[in-house]
Formats: sequence, structure tokens, C-alpha cells
Amino acid sequence: MDAIPDDPLDRWHAASLNRQGVARAMAPLILNRYTTVSAVGKGLDETYRALWLRRSGLRPCDFEDVGITTYIGRVDDIEQVPVGGGSVQAQFEQFDCRSNRLALLTLQQDGFIQAAIEARERYGAHRVAVILGSSTSGVLETEHAYRRRDPATGALPPMYLTTHRYTHNMFSPAHFVRTYLGLQGPAMVISTACSSSTKAFATAARFIEAGWCDAAVVGGVDSLCLTILYGFASLELMSSSPCRPCDKDRDGLTLGESAGFALLEKAEHAGRPGAVALLGYGESCDGYHMSRPHPQGTGAIKAMQAALLRSRLTPEDIDYIHLHGSATRANDKIEDHAVNVVFGPSTPCSSTKGWTGHTLGAAGATGTVIAAMCLTRSFVPGTLNTTRIDPSLRSHVLLENRAQPVRRVLSNSFGFGGNNYSLIFGTL
Amino acid sequence: MTLYVNGIGTLGPGLAGWVGSQAVLRGEVLLCDASPPEPIASVLPPNERRRSSESVRWAVHVAQEAVQQAEADAREVASVFASSEGETDVMDRLCAALAMPQRMISPTLFHHSVHNAASGYWGIATGSQQSSTALACYDSSFCAALIEAAAYAQIEEQPVLLVAYDLPPPPPLYAARPLHGGFAVALLLTQTPDPHNLAHLDLTLTNDLSEDTTSMDDARLEALRNGNQAARSLPLLAAIARQRDALIHLEYLENQHLLIQVLPCQSCTRPLSAN
Repeated sequence: MDAIPDDPLDRWHAASLNRQGVARAMAPLILNRYTTVSAVGKGLDETYRALWLRRSGLRPCDFEDVGITTYIGRVDDIEQVPVGGGSVQAQFEQFDCRSNRLALLTLQQDGFIQAAIEARERYGAHRVAVILGSSTSGVLETEHAYRRRDPATGALPPMYLTTHRYTHNMFSPAHFVRTYLGLQGPAMVISTACSSSTKAFATAARFIEAGWCDAAVVGGVDSLCLTILYGFASLELMSSSPCRPCDKDRDGLTLGESAGFALLEKAEHAGRPGAVALLGYGESCDGYHMSRPHPQGTGAIKAMQAALLRSRLTPEDIDYIHLHGSATRANDKIEDHAVNVVFGPSTPCSSTKGWTGHTLGAAGATGTVIAAMCLTRSFVPGTLNTTRIDPSLRSHVLLENRAQPVRRVLSNSFGFGGNNYSLIFGTL
Repeated sequence: MTLYVNGIGTLGPGLAGWVGSQAVLRGEVLLCDASPPEPIASVLPPNERRRSSESVRWAVHVAQEAVQQAEADAREVASVFASSEGETDVMDRLCAALAMPQRMISPTLFHHSVHNAASGYWGIATGSQQSSTALACYDSSFCAALIEAAAYAQIEEQPVLLVAYDLPPPPPLYAARPLHGGFAVALLLTQTPDPHNLAHLDLTLTNDLSEDTTSMDDARLEALRNGNQAARSLPLLAAIARQRDALIHLEYLENQHLLIQVLPCQSCTRPLSAN
């Protein structure tokens, strides 16, 4: 039998290791630049202002002619900014679709394009990867094309056939972003449903550590479409009012759209005091059901523990947990249980879905940017729209915002297919 | 980056199962025109099997073959699923329903539309709680999966199951993405030399594109390779089947090649040539 370690950190890790196997420590990776666009705003300042002033981006559903009674987190102006507008941009025209417009609008915030170009010049184009998450890519184009099928033959419109690869194909967001930024490194789109862009951070971290690249543009994009709106309606998981995460009377999620990007680099190249860093990641599956979480939350517990192990932190080191907090009955109950098992009842946690809606495969990227802002702007968001916390929940769910120093944040994402990912961010 | 192949699963026209495919890949037997047999995927519980799509069954079928061949425990193995097109059959039915005035779609169909359906079903079938990913990289999806699996095995020190699959989309989507034949391949990959090793792989990325990508000698195998991202694995599979040293050039998007130095298992202990 192994000796019981003296150090509390080692003791906690030894106990966790027995439960869930090995998670190697990782060197911190710097988020040298990051940004997001969602229904609450474009870029860091607008997003922060909306969070701090508790201004929700949710509105009654006005997406196309959708006849569902619900709210949505729609990003303004996407319709007016085609990809490929203007003569210089014409080469990107084939990528034009709602999700790539949202990606472009996001790249244009907070000097992200310039930062990516600098990374390209520093490391070489083939040493900068593009690892993005998306659940639906540009499926809206296919939905529209199916309405325009040839009545006699059923054939899709010729224009759609030539652009399918650049719009609806699942690789399209990464294809567009790497083409736009002139990058030539490894690339892929990860599509593990609502956890896609959280998973992208774990993959990018491994790529940098394994030496496949020196830096990576990481993040995700998901835009509104009929498949998602009517799909979640069919599952009866959508609220008819703005979602209320962790509320006693919560009755489902509100869908939104967003994109978020981070430029991930090694600390030896981009590290400076105060820089935001990815400290750990944890990945697991439930192996239970396609659309229902494991009733005991074993997968979620495992993901959070693995992230702590990898970052060599204990639960006490985490100042705030950014919950997946989708506001469905099942998710919030099981996530609460899992948080309790790992952290106990005192670590402050909240869901920001009341501001942005659930932006599916991009939720992890937008959550990452919110976590980074908690660290740099010393605040913790509460939970918007929620008035009475479900008394059966035992975690320390915050309703109100707080101004306080934050050193470490853990952020959760869970997805269909039963996959769970947790990321830990901190400042150097 | 070093990897060992411990198990292989294949499903495709004339290439049903690794045991039966090796003679074809060695060039001893001509690829026959026979349509591929139906995937069995017996690891899926009957209810899940009935609900699952054809592409999920193809993916799970080859995954099961590779794990069994390696005598691995699926619950100890992480997984990387790669498909360019994903669940096109489901997407076709969803988009057709959404084009009707009433837009009624079935909840089951919706949750089967996700790109990670095969990954999810594999987890449900095996009870595995290990990390699983689902990725897409157009015609380089197999290559991207190999790079991800190699990084995972090296960094996490855990065996990885790689599964790449794509089926021809149904009409009318077929016209947008004319994949000519269905193909699925699974590789059980590890970091550790052991008696189960079938081959030793050494992977390097290069942006030197002066060499051609490795093709298949047989015209029909070459057509399959060109027509389906999962079949881009054929030159690697052929090198393993021949049990001879080989250097495979695999295209990774338009900018890079993945060089795969293949050493058969008997020579796994020999030092690698520098590359």
C-alpha cells in the first residue's frame, strides 16, 4: 500500500487519482488575445458592460419566420455584413453564410486579426493551428436550399452545390478562419455538440505540447438556424420565456448564437505578469445517453477533477465556477450535484446563459472569454433572470454580480452524446 | 511522434474486415465489386442499434473490430471519431421536414443529427467514460484524426481508438458532395511497445510538398482512396498488410504532408531511420 502523502495537495490528488486515473500536469498556455461576439455585444468592452449592468441580450424570437414562442440571443447586423463584401474581400465570397459572417465579425474585434498576423510572422504560417468548435456550421444554407429544390427533379440549386463545401460542411468555420488569416498549420473543427469549443482548447493545448504547432487560434462559432430552434422545441427543452438557470421554476433553455476566439501560445513566448492562461483541462464521457446527462453526474465530476489534477490545483484554489448552466431541469440539477461532490457548497458559481442564451458549440469559447474577463476586470457575474434559486440545489449559486479579485476560474461545458469538458483559467 | 498500431478494423467495398482485406491490400487478390456487407456492430444494444443511423453502425462496427483484435478493454481507451460529412442521412430528413410548412421534426432525429452521434453511441455501447472527440477536416479528416490521436496518446499516455468513416450522402445532397463509396477504418493506437503491436509508426509534419502523396497501385483502390477521406488510410493499411518498411506521404489540407514511417512489428525494436 502506498504511503499517505503529508502535503494536502498531494493527498487530494492521490485520492482523486484512485478514482479516475492519470491526468498529467500541463504547462500554462497564454491567451495572448481573445474576443467574443454574442447577443450582449461585440468585443470585450461591450460584453463586459452588458454583464456588469445586467443587460440581457435575449429577445422574443424574431429569427426569420420561425413560429415558436420563445426567446433568442440573436446577434444584430449579421445580415448586413456579407463575407466577401468589397473588392479586396471578394476571394472569400464563397464562404459567405451566417456562421462565417459571425466568425468574421468576431475576428474584427479587439485587434484579433492583427494578433493572429503577428503570430503568423513570429512562428511561420504552418506553425499556427486553427482548432475551432461548432455544432451546426452553416446548416442554415442547406435548410434554405431545400426550399428551393427543383420541383421536377428534387435537385438542389446549382449555386448551393458549389458553395456547400465552404458553408455547410462541418470544416467550413476553420477553413474560413485559416484562409482569412493566411494560416497554414494543422486545422480541424471539433463537433461534440454543445461542448465543441471547450474541447477545442484541450486539443489545441495538446497540439502545442506535442509540437504539432507553436500557437493556435482556438475557439468556436455557432449561429442560429431552424434545425436547432425546431430541434430543441421538439425535445421540449426550450423555455417560452428568457431562460432562468438554477431557478426553482426554470423550464428550459434559450438558444443564442455567438463566436469566440483566443490566440493560445506558450508562456515562454507570450507570458507576462497578469496574462491570462489556460492552466488545465478535463475531458470525459458519460457513456449513458445521447441527450440526457448521467443521473449521478459521474462524467462531469471526472472532467472537473481531471482539470484540477492537470493544473495541480485543489478545489479551494478555484475562486469562481462558470457553470454550463443551460437552465434545463436536468442539467442544472446534475451539474449542481457534480459541483458539490468536487467543490462542496461554498465555491461561488453562476450561469451567464441569461445574458447570451445557450450558444451551443460556441458556448465554451464565449465562456472562456467571460472567464478571462473575470480575471482581468476583477468581477464575477451573477445569474440573470433567476429570482429564486432552486432550494434543492446545494452549490453556492450567485444571483448578483460581485466586484472582487479573481485568480482562478473553472468553466464547464456539457454536450449531447454525453461529453463533458472543464477548463481552468488563471493569471500569471 | 511514435505510435504503435495494435488493432485494425475496415469496412468498404471488397474490404470487409482486416483479416480478409490484407490479401487485397498486398495486391495478391483483386478488389472484388461486391457491395460491402451490412455492418454488424453487435456491441450496440438492440434498441440503440435500431435507432442508430447507417453511418453510426459503420463507425461502431470497425471500432469494435479494432478493439477486439487488440484485445483491449474499450472502457480504458479514449476515442477520436472523424467524418467529413457526418450524419447526411439524418440531415437530409431534417432539412426536408424543415422545408415543409408545418416544420415538424422528430426529437430522435434531431439528437441523431449531431456530428458526434457515432462517438456518443460508442460510449453508450461500451460504457466508456474516457475522452472522446468528433472532428471534421474535409478530405483530410483521417489525417487530422491521426494527428489528434498521436498527440492524445503521447500527452495523456493512454491508448486511443481512431475511427474515420464517411458514406455517400443521399440525393439531393449527393450532388453537393459526391462520395463514390462508403468506407470506414479503425485503428487502435498505443504509446507502448507490447506483443500486440502490428506496426510501429513515426509521424512527422512537413511543409515540403515536393514529393507526391502516396497513392494505391490498383486503379480501383486508388479510386476509393480519392473518393472518400476515410480511404486516405489505404496506403498506410497496405504498408501494414505488406509487413515491410514504408514511408507514406499523407496530404494534410493543401499546405502540409504528414509523413508516416511504417515499420512492421517484427522490427519494432530496431532504431528508426532519421527523417
